[in-house]
Amino acid sequence: MDWDFIGKTFWRLMAALPLTLEVWLFSVVLGGLIAAGVVWMRVSGSKPLAVLARGYVAIFRGTPLLIQLFLVYYGLASIPAVRHSLFWPILREPFYCGVLALGLCTAGYQSEIFRGALLAVPHGAIEAAKACGMSGLTMFRRIIFPIALRHALPAYSTEMISMVKATALVSLITLWDVMSVALKIRNDTLVTYLPLILAGAIYFTVNYILGAAFLSLERRLSPHLRARPS
Amino acid sequence: MPDATPALTVKGMHKRFGALEVLKGISLTANDGDVISILGSSGSGKSTFLRCINLLETPDQGDVTVAGELIKMKRKPDGTAEPADRRQVDRIRSELGMVFQGFNLWSHLTVLENLIEAPVHVQKRPRAECVDEAKALLAKVGIGDKHSYYPAHLSGGQQQRAAIARALAMRPKVMLFDEPTSALDPELVGEVLRVMRALADEGRTMLVVTHEMGFARDVSSRVMFLHKGQVEAEGEPEALFSGATSERFRQFISKERG
Repeated sequence: MDWDFIGKTFWRLMAALPLTLEVWLFSVVLGGLIAAGVVWMRVSGSKPLAVLARGYVAIFRGTPLLIQLFLVYYGLASIPAVRHSLFWPILREPFYCGVLALGLCTAGYQSEIFRGALLAVPHGAIEAAKACGMSGLTMFRRIIFPIALRHALPAYSTEMISMVKATALVSLITLWDVMSVALKIRNDTLVTYLPLILAGAIYFTVNYILGAAFLSLERRLSPHLRARPS
Repeated sequence: MPDATPALTVKGMHKRFGALEVLKGISLTANDGDVISILGSSGSGKSTFLRCINLLETPDQGDVTVAGELIKMKRKPDGTAEPADRRQVDRIRSELGMVFQGFNLWSHLTVLENLIEAPVHVQKRPRAECVDEAKALLAKVGIGDKHSYYPAHLSGGQQQRAAIARALAMRPKVMLFDEPTSALDPELVGEVLRVMRALADEGRTMLVVTHEMGFARDVSSRVMFLHKGQVEAEGEPEALFSGATSERFRQFISKERG
């Protein structure tokens, strides 16, 4: 065992972790915002908007993320209108291309999670809110959202974990995330397994912590599902 | 007394679901302190009638007036009715306390939080005042010690009493009960009826859709019997239950008694 090499590789991979986490955080937040819009379109009662929303989900859930990523990274840059637009300073950065592609994709999944959670809010809870004279906004803020959030958490935590792993794809668009550093070390040193195993361990640890955090949030928000106080 | 504004009046209410006409012109006046039991077999329209009063269902026709204020309605292009002013509906709903068959407590809030939710966030009253009042109400319905419980941790009868207290916490002008004991195990019915009787005794104005013949006969000041969307018989309970008025009502109560 070359402990020195293991240690060096580990710390080089760890140095790339902040970028992986940034791509993750920006894309899940962006995806959450888009998803909120998509769900709103879906439940707005307008047929054209609902069809658009369903189309969005179908496309971004139905095609490989890698294709979406390449289309954003290589595809957008090939459109002159994009190159001359206000957004070019952002879209020419691989970081933002990665965030955009991952965000668009997770939005498709997140919107379905939100929609399912909204549908699971008991009709009676909504009627009781109406009967108390709550306006639509108050009802959403105080009753529908808190109940839906509790329904959404388990599936949402899975999606968040899934997204941490999906960030590894940005290694293919010149970003120096954990995955690309692992590949680089592997290329440079011809040591195959060690960098990959260490990178895997880092992803695993991040996801383990993330999963535990969501579980604890879930527990904290659901005292009503636990045993009766004695 | 006769010129006092009634707590609630309904005039000529109609409601149809598709081809089915559920309410065929029902009117009602509830003065302060009236306890009106609304009886009828299933499908008679009694629950729909109650739900049309606070617009959980939108009546196709008819006027609802709460303490002198008419709920303004308008016609949509397709001919169906809708409220003209959402805010007015919200405000009037907050003056009508509703108790549901299925309790409909908010599962993510404790009993106390259920009670203060609307007073704090709809009526914008000071939280501390609402908490004090809520605790007093819970004590009144006999579950003062359960204020920090979640609804899932209560029996059906306790949940329904909490739901009654939640409706009372809004300081409503009229209480609407939609089959409040129908979802309860028989041994839990009594505790809910006792609370309702106490409310009647303190002069609350109540509309009660129910199958509890004893409550209708002994507690209510008036009984309305619906049949196929129309008022088949109406009057003071003694007169009605003596069987003098309506053959159909006589059949109905003999069936209900089994």
